[in-house]
Amino acid sequence: MTQPAISLRGLTRRFGDLAAVDGLTFDVVPGELFGLVGPDGAGKTTTLRMLAGVLRPTGGDALVGGVSVARDPEGVKHRIAYMSQRFGLYTDLTVRENIDFYADLYQVPDAERPARLERLYRFSNLGSFEHRLAGQLSGGMKQKLGLCCALVHHPEILLLDEPTFGVDPISRRDLWLILHEMVAQGVTVFVSTSYLDEAERCDHVALLNRGKVIALDRPAALQDGLQGEMLAVRASDGRRALALLRSLPGVRRAALFGDTIHVTLGARERDWPGVRDALERAGVGLEATHQIEPGLEDVFMERVEP
Amino acid sequence: MSLPALDPGRLGQLLRKEFRQMLRDPRAKRLLFIAPIVQLLIFGYAATTDVRNAKTFVVDHDRSSDSRRLIAALTASGYFRVTGASERPADLIAALDRGDVLMGIEIPRGFAADLGAGRQASVQLLVDGSTANTANVALGYATRIISRFGLERGAEVAARAGAAVPPAGVDFRARAWYNANLESRVYNVPAVMGTIVMLMSLMLTSLAVVREREIGTLEQLMVSPLKPLELIVGKTLPAVVVAFLDLILVTGVALLWFGIPFRGSALVLIVSSVFYILSGLGVGLLISTVSNTQQEAFMSMFFFFFPAIILSGFMFPVENMPVAIQYITLLDPIRHYLVVVRGVFLRGAGWSVLYPQILILLVMGVTVLGFATTRFRKTVA
Repeated sequence: MTQPAISLRGLTRRFGDLAAVDGLTFDVVPGELFGLVGPDGAGKTTTLRMLAGVLRPTGGDALVGGVSVARDPEGVKHRIAYMSQRFGLYTDLTVRENIDFYADLYQVPDAERPARLERLYRFSNLGSFEHRLAGQLSGGMKQKLGLCCALVHHPEILLLDEPTFGVDPISRRDLWLILHEMVAQGVTVFVSTSYLDEAERCDHVALLNRGKVIALDRPAALQDGLQGEMLAVRASDGRRALALLRSLPGVRRAALFGDTIHVTLGARERDWPGVRDALERAGVGLEATHQIEPGLEDVFMERVEP
Repeated sequence: MSLPALDPGRLGQLLRKEFRQMLRDPRAKRLLFIAPIVQLLIFGYAATTDVRNAKTFVVDHDRSSDSRRLIAALTASGYFRVTGASERPADLIAALDRGDVLMGIEIPRGFAADLGAGRQASVQLLVDGSTANTANVALGYATRIISRFGLERGAEVAARAGAAVPPAGVDFRARAWYNANLESRVYNVPAVMGTIVMLMSLMLTSLAVVREREIGTLEQLMVSPLKPLELIVGKTLPAVVVAFLDLILVTGVALLWFGIPFRGSALVLIVSSVFYILSGLGVGLLISTVSNTQQEAFMSMFFFFFPAIILSGFMFPVENMPVAIQYITLLDPIRHYLVVVRGVFLRGAGWSVLYPQILILLVMGVTVLGFATTRFRKTVA
């Protein structure tokens, strides 16, 4: 078996009494797109900063490209690119000057620059904004420019902290296309997100909650792991319906997603008639009901509150 | 750990970026190069402790030619200007209370008679002590003028009385060395230069690192192979260049506009200025590396700058401070630099006289910058 691109071994970071990241242990295979998924405050940024060598672990270790972040944080820096949640762009420099500056920092040879620049412009569509000040770009374009700056030195491993946070849907899609292209070129991409729909694009995901991994697998495997069948139910009085559903035998789980309740049953044919009758007896009107495939959100909810 | 060796290529790129950012914004350019000149022009005129045309109130009970001659002697000096007169002492008090006048003079009845008879004559001076500095200076001028008038009148009376020889007096002629006219501007403008250069040095670096921290670029620089020392040098060198240009600009204004004499060696001024600028930049960098926001850095800079001015001897002579405070002033780079600039400009002092100050500035510059660098390294981890 090949050496993992990233290997976390009990990686821990405490802030006072609080363990922001608590004993993470898992491997990331070279050339895969790995998603670290969890709500705000789960410890995603702390984990990424430790992997990038800017924050020291208080316990455990991680090998990034075979280099220990605890013992040689400087050594890690040559192997990776790290894009923080708010990627720092010099707003008073142009798009081109920003990219050039990062190319300079990583000492990209002059001979290779035109080709790399052209490639970066191709997938980011930033070429026509080359001479615009970074401060005058839209949010999505800023993120793309940040990604270009991070990628200019051809890192083996790309660490991205919520790259699509606050980005419009079209730019989000563009960013993911770029990530897939990077993976196709053999780069290992480690990305954190709080959008569970995005996590489904990853090869593997680790679900993180309160500093701990609560599930780790392929997204499809995690979804398949959910027992039973799932119905999406829209009721006239969502809250009362939810309370009622949770009290009924035959309902394994019920969780509210917006105005829809996801109801997990052991088997639809067997359990649903009884549940429906109970709701109607209680005077809860059902507006729509259809069977759905469980998503990662359902997995997450199930793991967080079993 | 690798050695903190500097990579000239990477450092050069950082320098290019810093200069590019500094010079791109026309507002920043004005702030860096025009503001110091304007400041020196304004402060150069403002920083004067000379008393001229002080408003004076006269209460003359004597109404004699002698009393009129005394008033004329006061106004002829150019230091005093009569802006009010009355026969009632209460009016004088009221004018002082209102702050309309700085000084009041009351000449009693019998003034001329006493002088003519060779007796001791008296005059009362009242000054507004709430402006202690000016009051002191005015009182000094007035006392000198009045006592000279007394001597002259005494000699006249003695001559008329037929005495062969006027009463022996001491012919006291004081002459100020180095600043012959005792113009406070000559003394103050070099000091203003010093404070402006310090302010610019602090401004240039105190926001440098924290600005990158705020916009998030610092974290990106941290994950790049750029070393902390390279970052510090990259931030400091452009600031040294700009602060030094500012020094040349304000020196030009001092010499050409204010006509401040320059008696010393340019080399002494340049060397000590570089050390001084380094100490200012070091303090700025230290502030910048420990601050989380630009606002915080700005506040800290102010908390350093203001006491540094007060303790520098710019406005209040260090020799007059309590001994304990005098020791504290030794930590103030501005204090040492003022000794150097005043010495170089006014006295033509050279290495042999100024070497203690120049050495202290060197030690301060290196220590503070070194400390800022190590502090910065710790915040990285």
